[in-house]
Amino acid sequence: MTSTAPVLHFRDVGLGDVPTVGGKGASLGELLRAGIRVPTGFAVTTAAFRQAVEHLTVDGTTIPARVAGLDPADAPALAAACADLRAVVESALLPDAVAEAVTTAYAALCDECGDASLPVAVRSSATSEDSAEASFAGLQDTYLWVRGADSVLEHVRRCWASLYSVESVTYRLRRGIPETELGMAVVVQRMVGARSSGVLFTRSPLTGDRSVVAIDASWGLGSAVVSGDVTPDSFVVSKVTGEVRRTVATKTRWHRPDPSGSGVVETDVPGDLQHRPSLSDEEIAELVAIARRVEAHYGRPQDIEWAVAESAPAGENVFLLQSRPETVWAAKDAARKAAPTARPFDHVFNVLGGKRPSEG
Amino acid sequence: MTERSFPLPSQLEAVPGAEGWEAMYPYFSRFQPEDDQRFWFYNSMHFPEVVPAFDGITSEIPYTAIGANTARLFSFPTTMGIEYRIVNGRVYITANPVLDEAEQGARLVDFQERAGHYYANWDRLYGGWQQRIEALIADIEAVEVPELGVLDPIEVVTSARGFASNHLLREQFHRCIDLYSKMWHHHTEFLMLGYGAYVVFFEFCKQAFPEMGDQMVARMVAGMDVTMYRPDDELKKLAALAVDLDLADLFVEGSDPAKVLAALGERGDAGARWLAALEAAKDPWFNVSVGDGFYHHHLSWADDLTVPFAALPRYVEQIAAGQDLTRPTERLAEERDRIAAEYRDLLDSADEQAAFDQMLGLCRQVFPYIESHKFYCEHWFTTRFFQKVRAFGQLLAERGVLLAADDVFHLRHVEVEDALADVMLAWASGGTELGGRHWQPIVAERKRIVEALSTWSAPPALGAVPEALNDPAVKMLWGITQETVEAWLGAEDDDGSTVRGYAASPGVVEGVARVLLNVNDIGQIREGEILVCPVTAPSWGPVFGKIAAAVSDIGGTMSHAAIVAREYGMPAVVGTGTATARISTGDRLRVDGDRGVVTVLA
Repeated sequence: MTSTAPVLHFRDVGLGDVPTVGGKGASLGELLRAGIRVPTGFAVTTAAFRQAVEHLTVDGTTIPARVAGLDPADAPALAAACADLRAVVESALLPDAVAEAVTTAYAALCDECGDASLPVAVRSSATSEDSAEASFAGLQDTYLWVRGADSVLEHVRRCWASLYSVESVTYRLRRGIPETELGMAVVVQRMVGARSSGVLFTRSPLTGDRSVVAIDASWGLGSAVVSGDVTPDSFVVSKVTGEVRRTVATKTRWHRPDPSGSGVVETDVPGDLQHRPSLSDEEIAELVAIARRVEAHYGRPQDIEWAVAESAPAGENVFLLQSRPETVWAAKDAARKAAPTARPFDHVFNVLGGKRPSEG
Repeated sequence: MTERSFPLPSQLEAVPGAEGWEAMYPYFSRFQPEDDQRFWFYNSMHFPEVVPAFDGITSEIPYTAIGANTARLFSFPTTMGIEYRIVNGRVYITANPVLDEAEQGARLVDFQERAGHYYANWDRLYGGWQQRIEALIADIEAVEVPELGVLDPIEVVTSARGFASNHLLREQFHRCIDLYSKMWHHHTEFLMLGYGAYVVFFEFCKQAFPEMGDQMVARMVAGMDVTMYRPDDELKKLAALAVDLDLADLFVEGSDPAKVLAALGERGDAGARWLAALEAAKDPWFNVSVGDGFYHHHLSWADDLTVPFAALPRYVEQIAAGQDLTRPTERLAEERDRIAAEYRDLLDSADEQAAFDQMLGLCRQVFPYIESHKFYCEHWFTTRFFQKVRAFGQLLAERGVLLAADDVFHLRHVEVEDALADVMLAWASGGTELGGRHWQPIVAERKRIVEALSTWSAPPALGAVPEALNDPAVKMLWGITQETVEAWLGAEDDDGSTVRGYAASPGVVEGVARVLLNVNDIGQIREGEILVCPVTAPSWGPVFGKIAAAVSDIGGTMSHAAIVAREYGMPAVVGTGTATARISTGDRLRVDGDRGVVTVLA
């Protein structure tokens, strides 16, 4: 354990802090260090999680003990037990030190941004490097447009409680992952009023080609793209020539902040916007430039969430919300390695030689 | 569900008015019943027009040379040679694969020894090639049609030569054919090995960077000092000289070259200097064919100044307006090296980068041959060859066997020998040639047949759908892959407004189509039009200064249209199979060189 602080500002963390602030938190800190524009915020650490959860009991049993006693094959009993566990985690009073730290950090964030009830995104930040585990275990919770310290605290608890969903618990039980190693951080980040947003890969997600940046973009918040509620525009940009292959989709739905001021609603995109590209050529170029810096910083292909802010001026309006290593093609890279040969023309013999001995 | 197939050779309908076309070509070029089960594609890249009887030699001899090179000389492991068939005047080809693994293995052992020798000594051997090919050109230039006078010259007697001049008739004609055959062997000597090296790098790039456009591979490899660009460069120099010497007024569009030359002759010293520069440029750079060197009527610029003089007025105008027409080779070279370096950096290990360096290095070593051999072989040598045959035709016309010199091209080369024997005998006996009665009706008949066949729309492929295509030349040169075959098969399902091919040069442009089926119509092209043609040839270079985009029926990313379009930075879609059949002059088109799609807008 590198730190026991319940809250850490992004500016104080980096890639080495995954155990305390999770992958998302560490990555956002690292991006800031690399000089990349990300929405400011803080992470509620795994230490805070432990302080909040370790003293909780269900029917007099500690939570780890309760989970350890469950049978993943007994679905009805499991469902009932998980419901109990989540209710306890969501509703229990937080230790004062944790509640105070989060409240103070949120107030400081409001000051930093000049908005007394600053809208934020509250997102779980898993400590596991295993993205499969993260997704199966339900560690991908994201709550957008959250306002006020109480609401922030409530959503932090919800993120923690998601660890006790039926899927999450079943996954751990079947994999034999001990409860004592369980940890989760939560990221609280200034909400970007996104005009357009989406995801990008610094290699082709379809072919693995590392010479292109593939951008999926649509109007409004990125959740519409991630959830698949909209068919996004696609821009595939060559890193070498800058050529853009564009497919502008008809974007019928978007996610927007709820007019009430908190939460998100999904509605129809106004007709005149549906057919228009959701990014300008300049924005595409800037996204590609940023993506390449991030990729170079990490030294490996990245999977990035981004947004173009509605209010900020051009040139300052592109933000990264998250960056993580691309994993699907990374695994396949190892399988297709070319190696130098004794003489250059031995390559010709290998390729034109018919069946290759090395392929058995 | 019916099995997918292209039209079967045995079931092609006869072309009205072309009955008896078979006699124009050798028996071994005819489709056989069992050929229905094989995959054949129309080689419209080399044979976009009906092949006249004599010109059948431009398939017979090249395929004897190419096959010998891959099958018997270098022992390419997975391919033997190319077989060809002629139907309705069009040449169809197929590659013979080696499918048996044991045989591939055995061939690989020999391939490594033989190809290894060439690759390991490439520069030295290529230097020797250059000398050999220039010697062959000198040899074909030296062929003489003997004079058959009333008496042989006295020197034949005093030098005791011992044979009369009619003997030389056959000997010299034979020499033309023999030199042509030898030229083709030298043509293929380095070519398939060169393609092999290119295919290896190409496939590596495609695997490492699947989204990379085919043209990008060619851009990383392209040489800067390319012989095939020289004729066009010389033309630009002549245009600049005309401006310098105050002769620009003589170069106006649509002028007859003979009149321009005459007018230059009347412009004193300046005119004389320009004419001297023209003569210097002509040897050797005007020995470039207006076609691709596969037809007798594709003359060289030197033989017919129409094409170069059609391009001069525009160059003169541009230079007078202050434009710099010289190829920016330094910038092109920098760009080429930058692209290669960036792709190299994107590879994720030092091993892969080392392999990349080796493959790219080998490609750049072999590429000068790939880019330059055509000038010496298909252009310089071949235009000389046809001129010599034409000279024999002239003799046959003078002896009354034919009506005109060019009629010789309606006889197969073995028939020309017959006709020459007729002359040899008549001269010897003091009798009369009998060929006039025999050959003239045949020539007239074949002219009608060629005319009738020219209306036939040749399907892009015949016979069975292939399971695999693994001949490097078929892939790189003709651009024929599994996808092409699928596109040809699916052509009937389209709504008719879309033509698909290879994305050969990037960019999207809209404009008006100009469909050119024959190189002699080259003068019809207007500024800003989109060229739609069966195939383009290197001497079309000047045209690319005028057009907005290029579309061709046949060709891969290494085809001429693709190379030149990239050079000029204009969109090109090649290997469409059907563009000239489905697009008409005047159609409004959108050419998408990024995706390889041509859309007829109206």
